Amino acid sequence: MLPDFTNPADWLPWAFASLMGLSILVYVVLDGFDLGVGILFPLAVPEDQDKMIGSIGPFWDANETWLVLAVGLLLVAFPQAHGMILTALYLPVFIMLVGLILRGVAFEFRAKARDHHKRLWNRLFFTGSLMTALAQGFMLGLYVMGLDQTLATYAFAMLTAVFLAVGYSFIGSTWLIHKTEGALQLKAVRWGRESLWGVVLGIGAVSLATPLVSTRIFDKWLSFPEVIYLAPLPILSGLLIVWLWRMLRAMPFADDRRSWLPFLVSTCLFTLAYLGMAYSFYPYVVPDRLTIYEAASAPESLFIILVGACFVVPVIAAYSILAYVIFRGKATALRYD
Amino acid sequence: METLDTLILSRIQFAANISFHILFPTITIALGWVLLFFRLRFAQTADGKWMSAYRFWVKVFALSFAMGVVSGITMSFQFGTNWPGFMETVGNIAGPLLAYEVLTAFFLEAAFVGIMLFGFSRVPGWLHMLATFLVAFGTTVSAFWIIVLNSWMHTPQGFEMIDGVAHATDWWAIIFNPSMPYRFAHMILASFLTVGFLIAGVSAFRWLLGDRSRDLRAALKVGVSIGAVLIPVQIFMGDMHGLNTLEYQPAKVAAMEGNWETQTNVPLLLFALPDEEARENRFEIGIPNLASLILTHHADGEVPGLNDFVAEDGTVLHPPVAKVFWSFRVMVGTGLAMLLISWASVWFMWRRRALHEGRIAGHWMAVEGLPKPILFALVPMAFSGWVATLAGWYTTEIGRQPWLVQGVMTTDMAVADVAAPLVLGTLITYLAIYAALLVAYISVITYLARKAAKGDDGRAIDMDHSGKAGVLAITPAE
Repeated sequence: MLPDFTNPADWLPWAFASLMGLSILVYVVLDGFDLGVGILFPLAVPEDQDKMIGSIGPFWDANETWLVLAVGLLLVAFPQAHGMILTALYLPVFIMLVGLILRGVAFEFRAKARDHHKRLWNRLFFTGSLMTALAQGFMLGLYVMGLDQTLATYAFAMLTAVFLAVGYSFIGSTWLIHKTEGALQLKAVRWGRESLWGVVLGIGAVSLATPLVSTRIFDKWLSFPEVIYLAPLPILSGLLIVWLWRMLRAMPFADDRRSWLPFLVSTCLFTLAYLGMAYSFYPYVVPDRLTIYEAASAPESLFIILVGACFVVPVIAAYSILAYVIFRGKATALRYD
Repeated sequence: METLDTLILSRIQFAANISFHILFPTITIALGWVLLFFRLRFAQTADGKWMSAYRFWVKVFALSFAMGVVSGITMSFQFGTNWPGFMETVGNIAGPLLAYEVLTAFFLEAAFVGIMLFGFSRVPGWLHMLATFLVAFGTTVSAFWIIVLNSWMHTPQGFEMIDGVAHATDWWAIIFNPSMPYRFAHMILASFLTVGFLIAGVSAFRWLLGDRSRDLRAALKVGVSIGAVLIPVQIFMGDMHGLNTLEYQPAKVAAMEGNWETQTNVPLLLFALPDEEARENRFEIGIPNLASLILTHHADGEVPGLNDFVAEDGTVLHPPVAKVFWSFRVMVGTGLAMLLISWASVWFMWRRRALHEGRIAGHWMAVEGLPKPILFALVPMAFSGWVATLAGWYTTEIGRQPWLVQGVMTTDMAVADVAAPLVLGTLITYLAIYAALLVAYISVITYLARKAAKGDDGRAIDMDHSGKAGVLAITPAE
């Protein structure tokens, strides 16, 4: 998997694929939880809704920025792949963008509009979050299917759309478990239990479908001795799921101890699933059609971006963490003071 | 025909998306700095009016910021969905510039805007001021990189073409390309003017509703002063930008002036209907020699004509004339209205400064001095900055056609092969959403202004000079 570090044309695309992969993963976890909170939104009573908004309000802007970074890296490092993938996903991308627009503005408008308009914005906030999650799940499904557009691949993509939306609700509820207390927290625990199936089926569906669609991926996983080295990945994922399930049945713990644990464990689970996918598709950026090496920009352009990224990404991480530290603790309704 | 339809629809779609997007950065770039000014004045004077002004305008900022973020995300996808040829040809140049925008600016704004909006009572004062500064700085840096890329598309340099793909040879030349300094200054000034008139207009609206609060007076004076001071600077900068365009994109200037033949003693046309079929203007009304004078600083200076930009085989290599001609006039006309109204406002407020309620020494201006007609004129001027900014961008962007990157690639080389009905369908949906959001945006600002005018947004109920205790009086829903 490791490139030749003496040859820039070899390691630069690899470095950018890793950086892009990392951005997508960070995006899926971070915007995953705040989209999830949006999907769970109508299930809560109005007072709790303000707290739910409060639990994601200071973060969602920065969370969505990881999507821009991921798409930006695809655009600048692999321009050909960017064109191929986004033209193929024209409609789901459009639906996702409309969803992101609606929820992003509903966020602000619901807090400032007159009271009888607030219900409309609440509804749009939920609709936008759901549209975004479904569209992303649909794109995931089509990507796994090698971007083929047939009835069967659409059907599969519909399934992954539902699974991802439920999966986002799951990670959203684990976030709420950490950020809330009292009745809302109890509800969040229940939502977590009731949406775990989405995560299980989502990971299961992608894991089963990926090797079946491509013999290359099938061989990567199931030939000897790879199958031995890779065995810990599914086993560990299974253990994490069992752990989550047991934890959610017992939560909340006394004195609200370890309220952060479900979110952390879900993040690990999402990461493992993601690593599995990354292993399957590497070195392709457009499944079985275009490798990261074929799609990459000129090395000198990549290098100049990488220099900037090496300075800036740690700083971004630092001030993102700063924002999470400042707004740590249980969420309250947001106030501009 | 199929590809032509897709091309035109894709262009309209891109124009719709970017026009909608630019409205909000135009506000947030300068409003960030104005908020920093309010915040610093509060720290300096401990006068609660500055914090009240801050808290009113930070809501408008939050709203505009959110609109800017979501419409900006749309932009980053448009390249791939509709214009893959752009990045395939000049991706080696555009890529790093866009990457630096996201890395240096976008994250900075996004991370600190949370602290700026919701952190006042959670973080120490210096950190809140720092966050406000970093957000303002981030929006400006963001504008810088975008303008660099845009300017490079107008005046490209510092690259070589290898097998039809641009490769960077000199980054310094790419970043500081000839039109960048002018365009950047022009845009930043446009942003400040937009915000100046927005603040002045909304404040005048509140004043007309009977609001006489101190934060309103302060904001109105700040807004009008920004307009009055910067509009002459902007006119001067616009002139310099025009001279730069004359040097590098003469076809654009020819279209702006509606000048068909290269000639001397060119009049400045106040009105004309350029006819591209007949290649002449109808119903011309102009001021003799003025265009020559402005562009060359000589009454008998030579101004390039559109007919120079037609290839021997009849291919037209200049932009659509009427659109550029009229966009330019809308921009200049709005600028002149801004000049007139802001100077008149300042003059009346200064002349009648003695009317200041409970006059305190040191007041240079009194809002009471403003005559009703001027107050009424300021209200619609709240969005005059948007009109001028859009008209200016249409002038320069349509003026670049048929080129996408001047002299390097034409627009039709970049368009994606997406079915026209699909582009049309998404375009209509975008337009519907944007129209609805614009209505919502303007009505929420109106609503916030009405609410503030009634004094029930919890402003300054007991703003004491410690600055901390009193500001907690705000309704939770906000």
